[in-house]
Amino acid sequence: MNVLLVLIPVSLFLGGLGLAGFLWTIRSRQYDDDSGNAARILLDEDDPPEG
Amino acid sequence: MSMACPACTAAPIAAQRARDGVADMALSLPSIHCAGCIRGVEESLGALPGVRFARVNLSLKRVSVGTSLPEDRIIAALAEAGFEAHALSSEMLEGGGDATGRDLLWRMGLSGFAMMNVMLLSVAVWSGATDATRDFFHLISALVATPVVVYAGQPFFASATGALRARRLNMDVPISLAILLATVMSLYETLHSGAHAYFDAALSLTFFLLIGRYLDHRTRAAARSAARELSALEQFRADRLDDAGRAIPTPIADLAVGDRLLIATGMRLPVDGELLSQSAQLDRAFLTGESETVTAAAGARLHAGEVNLGAPLTLRATAVGEDTTLRRIAAMVETAENARNSYTDLADRAAAIYAPAVHLLALAAFLGWALWDGDIRHALNVAIAVLIITCPCALGLAVPAVSTAAISRLYGRGYLVKSGSALERLADADTVVFDKTGTLTLPGVAVEGIAPEDRPILLGLAQASSHPLARALREALAEERPAALDQIHEVAGQGIEGQYRGQEVRLGNDSWIGARVGGFGYRIGARNAPLAKRERLRPGAEEAVAGLRATGKRIVMLSGDRQQAAEGIARALGIEEVIAGVVPEEKHRVLERLAAEGCRVLMVGDGLNDTPSLAAAHVSLAPSSAIDAARTAADIVLTREDIGALPMVLQTAERARRLSMQNFGIALGYNAIAVPVALVGLATPLIAALAMSASSLTVLANAMRVRKVRS
Repeated sequence: MNVLLVLIPVSLFLGGLGLAGFLWTIRSRQYDDDSGNAARILLDEDDPPEG
Repeated sequence: MSMACPACTAAPIAAQRARDGVADMALSLPSIHCAGCIRGVEESLGALPGVRFARVNLSLKRVSVGTSLPEDRIIAALAEAGFEAHALSSEMLEGGGDATGRDLLWRMGLSGFAMMNVMLLSVAVWSGATDATRDFFHLISALVATPVVVYAGQPFFASATGALRARRLNMDVPISLAILLATVMSLYETLHSGAHAYFDAALSLTFFLLIGRYLDHRTRAAARSAARELSALEQFRADRLDDAGRAIPTPIADLAVGDRLLIATGMRLPVDGELLSQSAQLDRAFLTGESETVTAAAGARLHAGEVNLGAPLTLRATAVGEDTTLRRIAAMVETAENARNSYTDLADRAAAIYAPAVHLLALAAFLGWALWDGDIRHALNVAIAVLIITCPCALGLAVPAVSTAAISRLYGRGYLVKSGSALERLADADTVVFDKTGTLTLPGVAVEGIAPEDRPILLGLAQASSHPLARALREALAEERPAALDQIHEVAGQGIEGQYRGQEVRLGNDSWIGARVGGFGYRIGARNAPLAKRERLRPGAEEAVAGLRATGKRIVMLSGDRQQAAEGIARALGIEEVIAGVVPEEKHRVLERLAAEGCRVLMVGDGLNDTPSLAAAHVSLAPSSAIDAARTAADIVLTREDIGALPMVLQTAERARRLSMQNFGIALGYNAIAVPVALVGLATPLIAALAMSASSLTVLANAMRVRKVRS
């Protein structure tokens, strides 16, 4: 059962990593315009100009 | 080819903010709807010299621009690219976005994280962990859950305290009680090596309800900000003339009685006043319901809200701010609105029955078990299991999930529903009262008499102006191809002028085009012709009336116009009941009479004279062209010109109410099974978790069906 002492902190840490990622997305305002973001993936404005 | 991954395209907002600095202006773009529009707007603005950046927000239909150019340059550039744009007041730029929404998301993320981790530990307990392992798992769960519940549950606790302080019960009272008691009891059990801890239930309750709360907030925020944008379009500055006759832009709040003001063409008067110019042409449709242009002579009394259609005029203010006619009517509106606020919405009505029932049941369980076996701790456990298992989660989601789905659907169709209660009242409506002018009809121009060879030229001229008559002309001649004109420019208060194949062409006031043709006309070279004004039906008005008749609604048309004019329009639309010649002050009496007859009235109107009626009706709708007071008073604002979807709106509202009731039914069904189990003391945390998740998911899935209304 000693393995629990390792696995539980590990699972909490990984979960915490996910949480930190989510909080980062909030801070960087990725939910301010969700329909816009859904539409923007259709644009390839980052392309270098052709020719 | 570079990959356009969602994160890459989404993330740069913050980065861009850091790079480009703060936006200088925000513009509302009501017509954008797709990726192509985003690119069109951003590219056409990006190509302008002097624009640092332009960023479209599609959810809010808005673009923020960092630029040193004046607003009209930007608006003109967008108009050229084919996008309608309106300037927003600088207030709209502030606030840095949606702070409440981010706060809710934050709490939601936190409770979701805690829920998943605690759930992992709980699964181990449910599958048979005992003794020291179980206590250890409970302890870790307690360490994770307690702070999260206290922090993430704040929105519910705040709302519940507010309700209790007002001596009312709302849905948040049983929810808060369940969350708090579950946590406290689980803590106690953990410290005393008990078998059951409900940390996962407390957390999933918080998490699910925060999702509902966040979705609800999003839809309302979108509708609210759109409504606020409309008021931001209203004018907030006026040109005050100083002693030397210089025009000084002054905030309207700073105007005083006796000030001389210069009112440019097309502006609304900000104050009541006395005309100082020789004569003026005004549109007072909002006040009287008459769509005719009124000519006033020097010394005439003018009212706030009238629009100057003629040359720029000067006036002396006689009443400002709260004393203007406009405001006095607005005050009447407030009185009527207070009456309507007594409407209790579905969720609160359900809570008023549900909350006491659950609390009494829990109390009965506690007393019953305490008397039966004398074990207070066990009795308390059972009582709390009852509180948790009665699915406050599903009940809390029953109405918001449906109204969120319905409101966002209607928002997509151009109808801004300001509140969930408006949606419920809309479902009650059995009578629809339309105002005629500005609602069923719009100002139009009779084009039958125009020679075919003149039409392209007129369309070319009309396209260059945003004057209501030019807009009407443009619409009436939509099938023509506009002629290529040079040197087009608008002469304020007079008309539009340009060059066509070397001859001068003009469209506008008769005195300006140089012929007495009666009001309004055009000139091509040396040839003059009059244009006749005529009311035209609002697009979709016929479908709207036909659709409403098909669903058996009583339809009444209310008008300040003469009986004959009103009846002509009513016949064209198939409306049988016409009440014409109603003086503005009488309009809301008609509504009161209908209400006394037991009708639940949906009032559709736009003018100031409609405003008290909008507030007095059971539920009300105003087009976005309506005056500010009317839009404020109305429950629903139509952002498009076409009103044809009105029957669909009513159907959606009715369906939403049916689905809300079904959701209550589902929640009650779960209770009917789960509560007896809890009462006899057999409820375990596993059963609570299953009942809660299953009922919440069923309710959410059922709510999504509101999108299935055909339109």
